[in-house]
Amino acid sequence: MLRVETATKQFENGFLALDSVNFQVNTGEIVSLVGTSGCGKSTLLRVIAGLDSPTSGHVLIDNKPILSPHPAVGIIFQEPRLMPWLTVQQNVQFGLETLPKAEKERLTALILDRVGLTQFAQALPRQLSGGMAQRVAIARALITKPSILLLDEPFNALDAFIRMQLQDHLLQAWNYDRPTMILVTHDVEEAVILSDRILVLRGNPGRIHQEFTIDLARPRRRTDLHVQYWKEKLLNALDLSIDQRSAIEV
Amino acid sequence: MSSSSSKRHSSITSFKARSYKPRRSQWSWARSFVLPVVLLIGWEFLSQIRFFLPNLLPAPSSVIAAIWDLALSGELFHHVGITLYRIVLGFTIGGILATILGALTGYSRSVHQFIDPSLQALRSIPSLAWVPLFILWMGIGETPKVALIAVGVFFPVYLNLMSGVQGVDRKLVEVGKAYRLSSLQLICRVFLPATLPAYIVGLRSGLGLGWMFVVAAEVMGASQGLGFLLVDGQTTGRPTIILASILLFAALGKLTDAGLAIAGKRLLHWQDSYGSHT
Repeated sequence: MLRVETATKQFENGFLALDSVNFQVNTGEIVSLVGTSGCGKSTLLRVIAGLDSPTSGHVLIDNKPILSPHPAVGIIFQEPRLMPWLTVQQNVQFGLETLPKAEKERLTALILDRVGLTQFAQALPRQLSGGMAQRVAIARALITKPSILLLDEPFNALDAFIRMQLQDHLLQAWNYDRPTMILVTHDVEEAVILSDRILVLRGNPGRIHQEFTIDLARPRRRTDLHVQYWKEKLLNALDLSIDQRSAIEV
Repeated sequence: MSSSSSKRHSSITSFKARSYKPRRSQWSWARSFVLPVVLLIGWEFLSQIRFFLPNLLPAPSSVIAAIWDLALSGELFHHVGITLYRIVLGFTIGGILATILGALTGYSRSVHQFIDPSLQALRSIPSLAWVPLFILWMGIGETPKVALIAVGVFFPVYLNLMSGVQGVDRKLVEVGKAYRLSSLQLICRVFLPATLPAYIVGLRSGLGLGWMFVVAAEVMGASQGLGFLLVDGQTTGRPTIILASILLFAALGKLTDAGLAIAGKRLLHWQDSYGSHT
């Protein structure tokens, strides 16, 4: 179980990226943090990952505060961030602690099969497409069997078709070990398709504005009317409508 | 594992990491020899018709004959050997010092603030200005020569490595941190490979400067080595010997650099840039 308690992050220039954010994520739950750019959602994820420390407040995993990256937490970044000098297989093994070689190879083969990259095990990152590289990144995060998986706009840089494909890939892979997932995204459909719960953040200062529980059965079809309903609800919560914006300008 | 995956295993035999090499014609390597050969033939021809005077610019054939004579008498290997010895020693010492200091100043900002400004100040001293001081300190034996070469090798290696370490992608370092690598692991598994391209450029230009400095050291006071041969050719009025030494310097410099370049290419086959595939 993961708990964020009055986490506040103020940058050196005085910008208040997070203003006493509170929430809790239960084991095995998929939670999305949704918001427009600059709302502090990525900062929040980095704080949870232990890559940034909050100015005040804390993040607790199983009631223990995080000060540095936690062994049970895996992270998938916006870009694949593969080591260009390592093969796909070596990249996937990057985060594995010292294991017997046979065990390492068994795990790697298994995980590469799950993301459909078995025949590219010996390829170098420069030989991969963007979607394939991101699948390697997913495999690298999953191989350590994290109990909490953090995803920072993981499919942002990919085209719409690959994005849908990878969302399905991710859910499939998630289904094996069912880690807790916290997903930062600004893709409303992605949030509705994947999440059990969605937290809407508003920026300047970054606060949780609204919370939605998506109680739809999986797998969810993108064309499903309920999905459309939630998308619209989310969009309203994000406050993007032209009416309101022009109302401010007037 | 499912049956579909085992089928996948067998249908695609293996995906070699270096299988994407552009096709090249069998004779493309010969292109680099066209210009030198044409020039040599022209030079030989102009010497034969006495357009070039032999006491100023001897023909290539007589230069090669001079090298052959030196080889037969054993003198050639003696001089080449001593020059190579100085280069290797100076390159190793300068290179190791530069590697340590370059890595430290690149990695740690406070070390950088302490050391780098002083080193940059030393760098702006013309390296030959060190010669009198080195001779005063170390006499006229091998030590000042090796020291001068080490100074020459030091700066390019230091500068390239430092900026290489500073330029390592922050995002890759963060991946290492997210996987809780220790500082040492981070250096070995992220910084070292990421810095390798810049480091190899530094080593190559360091070696180039090493060759320049060995000439300087040997011209100024030596009784053996290729630089001595050069000066000996001048004082005894033998232009063939001068040209022979120059030719040997060119050949040795090119060979040692090619060695580093080949090693670099093998180590950097993973690079994804325009130049790495040509």
